[in-house]
This record gives sequence, structure tokens and C-alpha cells, in this order.
Amino acid sequence: MKNTFVKGRLPAAIFLVLASIFAFGQAADWQQIRIPPLPNFQPIEPKRIELPNGMVLFLQEDHELPLVDGFARIRGGSREEPDAKTGLVDVYGEVWRTGGTNTKTGDELDDFLEAHAAKVETGGSLDSTSIGLSCLKADFEEVFQVFLDLLRDPEFRPDKLEIAQKGMFDAISRRNDDINEIIGRESAKLGYGTKSPYARVPEYATVAAITRQDLINWHHDHVYPNNIILGLSGDFDSAAMEAKLRQAFAGWAKGPKFKPEEIPISPAKPGYYLVKKEDVNQSAIRMVELGTTRKNPDYYGIQTFNEAFGGGFASRLFSVIRSRLGLAYAVGGGVGTGWDHPGITRLGVGTKSQSTVESIQALYSQIDELQPHPLTEDEVGRAKDSILNSFIFNFDTPEKVLREKMAYEFYGYPLDFLERYRAGIEKVSNEEVARIPAKYLHKNKMAVLVVGNDAEFDKPLSTLGSVTPIDITIPSAPGEEPAKPAKPSSK
Amino acid sequence: MKVRKIPCILVLFILCTLAATQDVASFEKRITVKTLANGLSVIILERPEAPVFSFYTHVDAGSAQDPLGETGLAHMMEHMAFKGTDKIGTRNYAAEKVALEKVEKAYTAYNAERHKRVGMDEPKLKNLEKAWQDAIQQAQQYVIPNQFGEIIEKNGGEGLNAFTDDDETGYHYSMPANRFELWAYLESERFLHPVMREFYKERNVVIEERRMRVDSNPLGRLLEQFTSEAFAAHPYHRPTVGWISDLNSFSATDAEDFFREYYVPSNMVLTVVGDIKAAEAMPIIEKYFGRLPGKPKPLDLATAEPPQNSVREVVLRDPSQPVYLEGYHRPDYMSKDDAVYDAIADVMSNGRTSRLYRSLVRDKKIAAAAGGFSGLPGNKYPHLFAFYGVPLPGHTPEEVANSIHQEIERLKTQDVSDDELKMVKTRAKATLLRSLADNQGLALHLGIEMARYGDWRELFYEVDRIDQVTKADIRRVANQTFVPVNRTVGIIETNKPAAASEGGTQ
Repeated sequence: MKNTFVKGRLPAAIFLVLASIFAFGQAADWQQIRIPPLPNFQPIEPKRIELPNGMVLFLQEDHELPLVDGFARIRGGSREEPDAKTGLVDVYGEVWRTGGTNTKTGDELDDFLEAHAAKVETGGSLDSTSIGLSCLKADFEEVFQVFLDLLRDPEFRPDKLEIAQKGMFDAISRRNDDINEIIGRESAKLGYGTKSPYARVPEYATVAAITRQDLINWHHDHVYPNNIILGLSGDFDSAAMEAKLRQAFAGWAKGPKFKPEEIPISPAKPGYYLVKKEDVNQSAIRMVELGTTRKNPDYYGIQTFNEAFGGGFASRLFSVIRSRLGLAYAVGGGVGTGWDHPGITRLGVGTKSQSTVESIQALYSQIDELQPHPLTEDEVGRAKDSILNSFIFNFDTPEKVLREKMAYEFYGYPLDFLERYRAGIEKVSNEEVARIPAKYLHKNKMAVLVVGNDAEFDKPLSTLGSVTPIDITIPSAPGEEPAKPAKPSSK
Repeated sequence: MKVRKIPCILVLFILCTLAATQDVASFEKRITVKTLANGLSVIILERPEAPVFSFYTHVDAGSAQDPLGETGLAHMMEHMAFKGTDKIGTRNYAAEKVALEKVEKAYTAYNAERHKRVGMDEPKLKNLEKAWQDAIQQAQQYVIPNQFGEIIEKNGGEGLNAFTDDDETGYHYSMPANRFELWAYLESERFLHPVMREFYKERNVVIEERRMRVDSNPLGRLLEQFTSEAFAAHPYHRPTVGWISDLNSFSATDAEDFFREYYVPSNMVLTVVGDIKAAEAMPIIEKYFGRLPGKPKPLDLATAEPPQNSVREVVLRDPSQPVYLEGYHRPDYMSKDDAVYDAIADVMSNGRTSRLYRSLVRDKKIAAAAGGFSGLPGNKYPHLFAFYGVPLPGHTPEEVANSIHQEIERLKTQDVSDDELKMVKTRAKATLLRSLADNQGLALHLGIEMARYGDWRELFYEVDRIDQVTKADIRRVANQTFVPVNRTVGIIETNKPAAASEGGTQ
């Protein structure tokens, strides 16, 4: 029931530009406060170890509390699952843990772990699956044994597969209840293509098609040492931990090198798309087009642009659309950058039904404004200050440092990428930032999606251009009775 | 495993107890507490892990303090605390002040005409509205938008945010340690010289927030109806974000009145955690926050919710999928049974060993999730202990309700097991331990404990209280709380509009 003041974002255009000029001449108290240099801070770096069988370990000592946390990431995720079994990796991520090991049921693991206030959990995502642990230092031996047993000998018991599938059916049945869930899902489909593994979603039929053998096969095909990056942090001695891990994984044979698949992407045609939702008084609006990756040399310019255009309180989108026009609580956006595939460039706003078209036009005008009034030196300077002065928060805890390194390792980035990032931002010029919108933000290439109650819009969406309706009716699974939503569904 | 389990738990038990005790001692060494001359409580915790710090400003007023007819005002005030001061966010405060006074005058006239029950003059109303809007335009020319947030951001502020709930309003973010004095200036100025600029635009932003969280969200709709049904007398029956008519009516002057009454040092707690030395930081805090004028702590609410003595129910006929929720009145957080409720919530809903998970999700397979928790909608005043269940496709809220009631009955008639009770106590200690390595989380928790109990050590004592809970306590409290005439039920029943096509299928 908390009403959190979430910061939205959006651009402030010419108004802001003028404001900044005026602000310049003014001396105020805060400008006289001395800011001493930040003490030099070298975060503790995790130790990287590559085992003979190819498993990569990162060990990060942190002795503040008597705890140990661990996280293994395994290559291969839902983008690689078969289309007809969409949802496989989600189900796998749950049943891997709940299905227990060859000696203990998932319920027995629950009893043991909960009695120790410990966690061993598994999961699946777009590009990887994972298994993590968290426990008191004193329990590490036993909890790590559970972790190892799950890693090596999971059982995927069928009763837990059934629970996982029912849970998925439930999530499918509820996926059209909330406009913000709808807009996230459907705008990804517009950005990547409905069939793209980056955007497709599980259906009753694809979840029902998943068998225990599929889970066993997935595990067999992905979980082997040279496909795993394991990081541990906490109250341990690295040398002793290294010895323990070397011993634990010594007999585990190498598998084939993971071959990433070519993932198809086919963005929707530019234009207007509408999902009708009658029980709301606010429209969710997204404009999307395909973005780029962090390996792009423009990445630093993009990050700076994003911060100034749609990132913070002072950004143009926030200042104009939220503060000046009062059109939205949530507003923001920027050029999308993925680790290993293009991100989605998104501008988004939530506004009352009666200002739907007005808000789309307001977003457009902020894109247009970038032509005659590119981001000023002052705006770029502030954005860079913001990124650089808050840079310390990228590595102010040992766990963050560990997670960063693991991500670089996973995606094949240099392990000093964070340092390069800082240097890259420092070097970014106004000109580089000014080039970003023309290169990555194209009004005429964007698909514009509105989820809302179109009977109450200020103007028909069609006044902007031709509108493609999107039918989000949930297909029911042939012959799958329980797969239907609770009440309705009589045809 | 079974055989080894008990000794293990014992070992853990001892270890945890030691850990918790050591933590209080270690915190005592690192914590400095001071009440400034103006009544402001200040806590500084030194945690020099990295050159950063986080803070939490607690204002002991939430939506329960909203005046009659002005619901949403506490939350509105939270938004206004980002609008700057007489020096930040303005190009010419002297002129802006005059312009803002004109806005208020014009709004008062417009609002008075608008709410006339008899004799409202439409053309006059139009003119008054235009005059008000013109005055807003006039005032706008002096505004430097969002300069307050901008200064924080460009100085490396991280996680700049705030929240309002029924019980309190909180402000927080983190900063690099070399910006400590700048922070002290900014955070004190925001409460020393707030300016109600762009108030009526921000009111629209807040109304959009209401549309997002409540009107256009099924769970938001259910919770609003549910809490207003459960409470008759106490202000907990009102939504934090406010009723739409109140949001469209209250004024900047109302917000200023609220500010003057509740944003006083004796009603606030300031907590700072991170790489700072109390010996250096406290004088800076005194220098800046000592400027806030001292005033007595405002009187607390006297209204108490009378016994319910009736079964209450709200049923939303909604296009969304079904949800079941029920709540029982319980005493406030100061109750000697507070920890017993915590233990009940834990036994019933924490993790896959919990009773509701095992019964409804694992065994009966009728729910996707189920649980129980205290603190609805707040916990400073007597509130609700709630249970919920999310029925799986093909199952109904009624089935879920019946199964929840069976589990409640078990709680009332049979003791929980030794293992369950140990689990609760072990987990409470581990949860505390896991929360101790995070500047922002610590600032929030220490500040709230200080505001609630007048002692930050309650963060640790709460665990001790859970440790004292007995099986008999759980049965006693369950029996006295979970009875039908103390219950409010909230249900979403799916009611698909006829228009929604069932097409797209074979």
C-alpha cells in the first residue's frame, strides 16, 4: 500500500534550455559548500580461477557478517528453447530446485534449508539459468552439499512439474489483468517481432507440452563445468575455499563448447497499435524501435544522452511531460543497449485516457526538439556529472563488484569494462551526444503502442495514422481443461 | 539428514544468539544518538565499508493524519518536498512569492464558486478558472524545473526517492561521502524553506499516480475497497493516495498547513549510515538541521476503531482473474503480542515449508500462492492481520477461503510443532543478520525503530521477543483474533465484459 514516488523521466526542451541560462548567473548557498575530493577507494577484487575442466570461479571475501552467498550462471536460456515448448526454461528453473535430488525430495530440501534459514534456489532467464545459495557461514558445508547435489543430480520429480505448470497456467490466465504487464509484453513483441525468442511468451499449449524428459535433457545439455561461471562471496578464506571447490569439481568432465544460436529478430512495421482495455482510466503508451548493444563504440554517448533526455529528475522528458505539463506520473525512455543483442529503444508514458493523443504528441515534440535544440553543453555536463559522481555506487559493496565481473565474464567483455566505461563517459563530447538521436531515435521507425480505453481518448488514435488493433485474447489449450481461466470461457 | 537435523539446529541456535548479541554491542560502539535542541532525533551509524553514505528522514505523519476532506495531502506534501526552496528552483523568489500568492487567491475564489451547492454561476466559474490558470502561467516563469533533484543527481545522488504510507512519510537517497555537507544543506533546506511551486501541476501528477496504482489496477481497486470496508472510524479506511474529489480540491495552502503542523523536528527522525565520522558529522548536522524551528510534537490521533462485531465483505465484479483476501483486526505494534503475530505470519506463509504453501499450493493444488501478514494498511495503530490466496485456473475464491480457514482452525486447536517454532526463531535471527550490511536499509530500519519505540536497539530486541514466543501464545492469539465477526473479506470475482471476444482460438 505504499505510494512510492517513483521517478519517471522525460525531456524539458527549450524551456529547460532557457532556464539553465538564467540559472547560471545566480549564486546560492549550495554552490559555496566545499566538496573535498572523494577518498581513493580500491574495492576488493574477486579472485578469478579457471579450473582445468573449464569452470570459472570468482571468490570474493567479505568478512563483515558471518554469511556466505553464491551464484552460478549457466549459458543457455529461454531464447534457446523450442518454440513449441515456450516456457520450458521458466519451468526448468523452478522444478530444478523443487523437484529435489536423486537422494532427497524437494520437500526434504525445504525442511532442511528452512530449518537453517538457508536458501538454495534455481531460476531461468532469457540467456541463462542459475543456481544460488545463501547461508550462515557455520552451515556452509551442508548447504553447499545441497547445492552440489542439485547441480549434479537433480531429479525433476513429476509432482513438482505439475505444480510448476499449474503456476504457469495461472500466470497466463492473469496476464491481461494489468495494463503495465500488457504494455511491457506487447511492446517487446513490436520491438523484436511476435515470434522472436526475445519477445514470445508461454501459452497453455506450449507449457502443457513440457515433459520431465525435456527438463532432464535441458540439464544434461547445459550443465557442465565449462558452461558455468560460479561466484562466491562472504566470510571465508579464499585459499581454503579454492581448495574446497577444486576438490568438489575435480572429477567433473568438460562438455562441448556452448554454441549460441542465431536468434531471429523482425521488428513490427512502424505505425500505431492499439490494445483495447475497458476497465482502465489511464493509457499505457510505448514507442519502440530496435536499439543496439554495449559493444557499440557509441555506448558512452548513448548513456549520456539517455541520462539527459529521459533519465533523471532534470531530464527533458521528466521536466516537460511530468513537471511542466502534468500529463504523467511515470514517463521516461532512452536508447536501448543489450549485453549481447540489441536492446529496445523505448519512450513511455502513462496518462489519463483523455490525454492519450496529446501525450503521444508531447513525446514526439520532444524528439523533434532535439533537432533545433540539441542537448546543451550544460545538459550534457550535468548528465556526465551524474553518471561519474554516482560511479562509486557501481562498486561500493563486494557483492556488486563480484556481480559485475561475472557479467563481463559471461558476455565476453573485458574484466576491466567498468573502468573503461568510466573513461568512456569522461571522454564523451557534446558532439558525440548530439549525434545520438539522429542515429538511434527515429520517429518514423517507431511502433507506437497504446493500451487503454479508446472510447475515452481525447481524439481517435487514427487521427495520427492508421491503427492496427492487437488481439490479446488468450488462446486456450486444445483438450486442456484446467488450462482455462476460472470463471468465464464459455463460448 | 533427519537424524542430524536437531543437533544442527542447536548449533545454529547458539551461533545466532551470539551473533545477535555481538551485533548490538558492535552497533553500540558505532552508533551516536542525539536529540537536538529543537527536538530532532539524530542517529549516526559509522559503517566505513566504502566512501558513501545513505540517510533516511522519517516524518511521523502519514495519510492517517490527512485532514477531513483532504485525503492524499500527506502524500502530496511528499511530492512537494522535491520542488525546491526559496533559493533552489527559482529565478527570482521575491517575484515568485507574489505570483504564488496570486495563484492561491485565484484558486480559493474558483474553488469556493465551484463548491457552491446553490447559486453557482457557470460563466463566473469559467472566468475564475481562467484567472487561476493564468496566475499559474504567471508564476511558472520564475521556476527552474526540478533543480532540487538535479543538484542531487549531478552530485552523484543515488536512489533519490521518498514514500508515504498510512503511518509515515520518508525521504531517502545515498551520496558519495565527500558530499556530506552539501547533503546536510539540501535536506535541511527542503524542510526549512519549502515552496509550494507548481502545486496544481504536481496534483495532476499525483492523480495520474492514483490512476496507475488504484483505478487501472485490479489489486489496487480491491485493496481500496477492502480497507475502506474494514475500518469504520479510524482513518485507516481512507486511501493514502486520496479520493479523487479531495485530490481535485485541496490547495497549496492546505499542504502548507499540513507541513507546518507535522514537519516539525520533534516529529522527525534523521538517520545517517555510512562512511562518516560522528565526531565530524554531528556538528554539521547540528549546524544545518538545528535551524529548523522547534515546535511541540503534534497530538496523535485519538480515534480508535470500535470492535467490529459483524461479518464484512466486499466483492468486486471485475474483468480480472479471481483473488481472495481476508483481514482480522489486531492491536498495534506496541501490543505485547506483536511478536506472536510475526510468528504466526512466518509459520503460515514463509517459504515452501509454510502451512499455507504446503496445504493450498503443494497438496490441494488450488492456489498459485497464499500467505498471511500483518500491517494492513499500516501498523502504528490497530490494524489488520490479512490472509490471501490466488486461486489457480478452475478454482474459486471460496475453495481458497475454506482451505485458509482450515489452516486457521488448526492453528487454534493444535500446537505448532517444535520444528516449526524453531524455524521461526532461527529465521528471524538470520533475517536480521542479512539486513545489517546495507546502508540504506539500515538507515530505514534504525530510523523507524527510533520513531516507533524511541530506541534503535529495538531492531535487535524484536528478535528477542520472537524468541520468547510459545506454542500457547500462538494458539491464544489465533483464538482471540481469527473469529468470523472480526473478519473482513475482499474478493475479486471474474466478470468478463460481453464484448471481450473469445476468438483467436481453434
